[in-house]
Amino acid sequence: MSKVASVLSLEDPPWPPSVDEFFPPGLFGIDWLTKFMLMVWLAIAVIIVFFLVAYRNPKVVPGRTQWLAESIYGFTRDGIAKEVIGHEGVRFAPYLTTLLVFIAVTNLFAIIPLLQISPNSHIAFPAMLTLVTFVLYIYWGVKTHGAGGYLKKSLFPPDVPLPLYLLLTPIEFFMVFIIRPFTLALRLFANMFAGHMMLLVFTIGGFVLLNAGVLFAPISLLSWALTVVLTIFETLVALLQAYVFVLLTGSYLQASLTAEH
Amino acid sequence: MRGSLAAIGYGLAAIGPGIGVGLVFAAYIQATARQPETAGLNRPNLFLGLAVIEALALFGIAFGFLWQD
Repeated sequence: MSKVASVLSLEDPPWPPSVDEFFPPGLFGIDWLTKFMLMVWLAIAVIIVFFLVAYRNPKVVPGRTQWLAESIYGFTRDGIAKEVIGHEGVRFAPYLTTLLVFIAVTNLFAIIPLLQISPNSHIAFPAMLTLVTFVLYIYWGVKTHGAGGYLKKSLFPPDVPLPLYLLLTPIEFFMVFIIRPFTLALRLFANMFAGHMMLLVFTIGGFVLLNAGVLFAPISLLSWALTVVLTIFETLVALLQAYVFVLLTGSYLQASLTAEH
Repeated sequence: MRGSLAAIGYGLAAIGPGIGVGLVFAAYIQATARQPETAGLNRPNLFLGLAVIEALALFGIAFGFLWQD
């Protein structure tokens, strides 16, 4: 059920919007069957069907659907995999593309009418995606350099005076194994969370102003106008965050793969 | 007066990242104005810098909700 529809029927909208808005009750009386779960299934179905249709009958001169699918893959392969990781990054292009498309589609749910919330505004989904990336870059680091080599490479930067390692090694450890995965998940989560909260504030805020009396009622129009502007801004943020997530995944992979200097 | 002091705290917390994001984009615009052919080369770096700085402001949002009573 959409937020706006449930608000429209209320005389006194819930104000201020709180974290409870992110925990709608399970559908059809089943606790685990939430809106978010259905949205993730929908995203997966949409992506699989889109790419299967686009590549059902590939042509040398691509049609519109095939062109779109190829542009998305080409953008990730050339713009992120090759650019950030280097030439051997091409083998990660399928993973990066999957990640980009999945995050972009689930993020865009935040602005699609009737859905209007992104699954990524629950920390569980970004955390899971981050876990995959985290395991991947550690796996490739260990595979390329060996377990000892990878630790030495990431914890002991070369060309540093010996005493400084007392300071540098804990920082590097904190950076690589804690801060990186933590910020990666939190960035996506907080962006979608804050974005949804902002839209709620201005949408519900409009109704609150409307009920607040003759003096405040006209201001609700301004509030709803801001909702429209912020929705456009949200679209930008949704796509940008998908790009940033994949870019950082690429950058972490690159850090794991490069040889010592 | 009613409300949460956390809102003021978050406002203060957003100053630093705000300045940081401004500096990153200013540097990128200046770099591409002087050397337009480096636009594509610098774009990943622009977003890497943006992502690192932005994380600070987003910590503010997340912890504000995390530490509320």
